[in-house]
Parts: sequence; C-alpha cells; structure tokens
Amino acid sequence: MRFLFKTAYDQDLRLFRHRGQVFWYGLLALVLLAAPWWASEYVMSQLHFIGIYSIVGLGMMLLVGFTGQISLGHAAFLAVGAYTETLLQAAGWPFWLSLPCAALLSAAVGIIVGLPALRLKGIYLAIATLAFGVIVEEILARWESLTGGNSGKHVKAIELFGAKLDGDADFYYLVLALTALCCIALANLLRSPTGRAFVAIRDSEISASCMGVNLAKYKTLSFALSAALTGIGGALYAHKVSFISPEQFTLLVSIELVTIVILGGVGSIHGAVFGAAFIIVLPQLISIAKDYLPAGVAGAAGLQSTVFGLVLIAFIIFEPMGLYGRWLKIRTWFELFPFYRRGMFRRQKTYMKSERLR
Amino acid sequence: MRFFAVENLGIRFGGVVAVDNVTFEVRRGEVTTIIGPNGAGKTTIFNLIGLIYPATAGRIVFQDRELSGLNPHRVAELGIARTFQNIELFEHATVLQNLLIGRHRHRRTALWQELAYTPAVRNAERAQREAVEKVIEFLDLQHYRDSMVAGLPYGVRKVIELGRALATEPKLLLLDEPSSGLNPEETNDMAYWIEDIKKGLGITVLMVEHDMSLVQRVSDRVLALNEGRAIAEGTPAEVQAHPAVIEAYLGSKEPV
Repeated sequence: MRFLFKTAYDQDLRLFRHRGQVFWYGLLALVLLAAPWWASEYVMSQLHFIGIYSIVGLGMMLLVGFTGQISLGHAAFLAVGAYTETLLQAAGWPFWLSLPCAALLSAAVGIIVGLPALRLKGIYLAIATLAFGVIVEEILARWESLTGGNSGKHVKAIELFGAKLDGDADFYYLVLALTALCCIALANLLRSPTGRAFVAIRDSEISASCMGVNLAKYKTLSFALSAALTGIGGALYAHKVSFISPEQFTLLVSIELVTIVILGGVGSIHGAVFGAAFIIVLPQLISIAKDYLPAGVAGAAGLQSTVFGLVLIAFIIFEPMGLYGRWLKIRTWFELFPFYRRGMFRRQKTYMKSERLR
Repeated sequence: MRFFAVENLGIRFGGVVAVDNVTFEVRRGEVTTIIGPNGAGKTTIFNLIGLIYPATAGRIVFQDRELSGLNPHRVAELGIARTFQNIELFEHATVLQNLLIGRHRHRRTALWQELAYTPAVRNAERAQREAVEKVIEFLDLQHYRDSMVAGLPYGVRKVIELGRALATEPKLLLLDEPSSGLNPEETNDMAYWIEDIKKGLGITVLMVEHDMSLVQRVSDRVLALNEGRAIAEGTPAEVQAHPAVIEAYLGSKEPV
C-alpha cells in the first residue's frame, strides 16, 4: 500500500500525485502510441470511435458531472460541430482553422442553450434541452440548401499542412492527440478556480453564490465549454464516418451521450473515457453474443436498445459511481489487501437539508 | 461613514409580513446579535442581506453603498460572507476544496490560463493555498484537510462552514446560529473563535443565535425581534431585562 507523505503545498498542485501515476500513465501512452503496430484494422477503427466519444464524454462530464446541469440535447452540438466542419472543409478551409471554428460555433450555440439553464433546473432543463435537440435535428433536415437535407453530405479527408491524413494510423494519432489535449485541459480547469466554481454550483447553488460565484456566468461558461468539446468531437466524427445526415444526430444519440456519463461515473474525467469505451464496445459484444443466442432473440429488433437500457438500470441500482467507481473499489481492494471492507465506499446519507433556499 | 446599516427593511410573502420596518446598525469591530423566538424573521433578514430575497421595502447599506439591486454574488465580492443554519457545504468535495472555493472572490486568472495551467495560475493557487492554510490553522482543521465533507460529523461541518466564510477574508461575517447542533464543548470553542475573529482578525460579526450564554459572552450589542418587528436593542443585559423581550419569550404577566 502506498502512503503519500505530503511535505509541500506544491504537491497538491501537481497533475500527477505520485511516481506510480506517472509510470502507469506513461505506460498507457506508450501502448496507445504503439496501437498501429499491435491493433488490427477493426480494433483501430474502434479506437477512433473511443477517442472521439471520449472527447464528447468529457464535454458531457463537464456539464453533467461537474456543474450538475443536465442536457438531453447534446447530439445537437455534435451536429453543429460535424456540419460546420463539413461545410468549411468543402469551402476549402484548412483543418487547423475549421476545427477551432467548429468548436467556437458549437460554443456559441451552447451559450444560447445555456440561457434557459439560468432559470430552469433538473427535469425542466432536461425538457428544454431535449426540445433544442429536436429543433436542431429538424433544421438539419429542412435547410436543404446548406445541409443537403436528409440525403446527407459527404466529408472530405483531412488535409493537415499539405499532407493528406487518410490512413488509419494518421487519423488515429490526430484523435489521440486531441483526446489527450482535451483531457489535460479539463484536468487543469478542474484544479483551478473555474473548476471549483463549477463543482460549487453542482453541490449548492445558494452557497456558491454566497461565496461570490456568478451563477449566470459560470453556468453559461459550462454550457459553452461542454458544447465546444462536443463540437470538436462532432467534427472528428464527421471525418471518421465521412458521410453525415440528420438521422445520425437524433434524440437517441443524446441519450447515448448521457449514458456515457452515467456508466462511466459521474464526476470524474476517467469516467468519461471509461463510459465512451464501454458504449463503443457494448454493441460489438452484443453482435458477437448474437451468434450464441436463439434465432428469435438474436433477430429481434431493438435488442441493442434493450441491452443498453438494462445495463443503464443495473448501473444506477448496483453501481451509482459507474465504471470509475468500480475501478476505484478494485484498486482499493488491491492496495489494502487483505483489509478491504464492503462498506468502505458507502455514501453517508444526510438527513438535514435546508429546503427553503433551493 | 456607516459600516453597515439596515433601514426600514421589510419583506412580505403574499399576506405574510416576515420582516416589518426593521432598522439597525452594525458598528465596525463589534459583534451584533439578533435574537428572537422561532419565526421572528432572523434568518429572513440574513437572506435579505445576502440578496437571496429582494426586499419589498427599505434599504441595506454597506460602507456607504446600497446593496439592493446588486447580483447576489456581488455581496460576497464586497466583503460580506455568511454561514447557513442548516449547513450548505459542497458535499462531494474535500475540506480543502471547500475552503478554496471561499477564495473565489480573490481569483485573478483568466480561463485560457487555467486551461493551460500556466505559471501564473500555479502561483495564484499557491497564494490561495497559503491563505487557506491560515484559516485551517486558526480553526484547527489540519486533521480533516483531505477528507470528503460528506462523511464528516455535524460539529466539524459547522466549523468548516465558518472556515469557508473566513477564507473569503470578509469585512462583515454573518453567522446563522453558529452553535445550533453543537455540544457544550464545541459551543465553547465556537465562542472563543468568535471572540478571536473579532479581536484577532478584526472582522465585524453579525449573528443570529439562540444560546443566551453564548450571546452574553460574545455580543457587544443585541437586537431582539418578534414577529418581524424589532422590539428591543442594546447591550445583552439591557435586552435580556427588557419587558417586551420577556413577554415575547415567556408570555405576558397579566392573566388572560
């Protein structure tokens, strides 16, 4: 077991708490960098998607897990990012310019969607964002002169500084770099005043405002940053699938994005990545399992949604802290062996809560 | 210059007049206590000062500046911090993080700097941490620094909330029933801290309190409220002997 002896305040400011973390993250980085050598084409493709969904998951995590605002319309930001990227690429913009533009436009739309969040809470905010998602989907289908409507749009391959990024490995490194960058940026944000203000809003709005946190500013900022990350994810997604149409950005996708956060573990950066990996891998597992299921079940429509739903319910009941929570428990079990107790992660319930100021 | 004054303050919720024409002043460097039976409007006055409710009448003046019409977060920025009767801590954060949020009004770094965690952010964080450590030392919280608030006992949370308010480096500290839910020993500690806050840190305190021994021990002035109205004001002894106060708490002498 590891004991952390703290001898300086600066130790708490570091991104990595101890050498063990540096070692394991370093190893992870090496394994991921070497992926084109060990992974098959199929696995590479899955890794692309995991990277892209991780970025989107980070955006969701920032909003849902750290600021405590719910959104059921995030597919719309994904769409804004994807369409902006597609249209700007078609117009001949370089990738290093079109990607930030996709992020910025998504952020701008995020600010507009964030406005009702200043007045709405919980389920009402969920409904408002859901409505927004449906509206954007509708606009994409109807504004044919710009989006090509339901017949969709083809996306050009990325061209970065004159070189065409069309190989699996090239695209993989791009996605990996952006995912790592987004992870680090979010981790940095969370250990500075802005991130703490987000957490404050999540845990008690009234008290956050009494500590001088401008609720309107920080809620809007959270929506904007979340939308920007989702927009980046959307732009990469467009390049990955190389063809986009409105039915790729439906309500179901929004729900899938919320699922990332819940399955991964609300309130952790790891959770966003774990959740993303999980929802990419699960459909693959289902299709493998189909071979062993009776034909009536395997061929049934909606098998995937059913399994997703069941998994979601199971997580909420049995592991509310998500995959990351499970990971923490396993790690603690090894660290404390043989002294781990079952109730170690049980949450204490608070019975005293002031209702009046909520 | 008046330090802090409330003039003809009033609020009504529909037909209920919760606070009615209350006027009082808090002098710099003193501890002023508001007492009164349940439902007298004590906490409502705190919420009016914090601009959580907009007052329907009167004005609140802090250092010659009128508060009404400002955004609630501006109150903290001007230097008024508060604690809550039922504890409103950030449950799923560590004690250290809670106290650091108290430093929010002293932040100086821009968003892009924080995203990149530039040296400026690192230096600012170091300075914030040092300020927070002073509060930790003052309130003897060293032991709880890295614990999650969600698992801590009530008495400790009460102290953390006081610490969070102190971390903002306020000029005026509003304490809503600092001793409620504390055992006699913890109440005694609280009394020492309030005296230290006044004398050592030079922070003016306005508090709501029920425990009369604590009130007598730390207060310079006391304001008694009943049914939203001020009924007596003066030193603790004067207010305690005031016939209207005795009537409010114990009922009238005359047989009904």
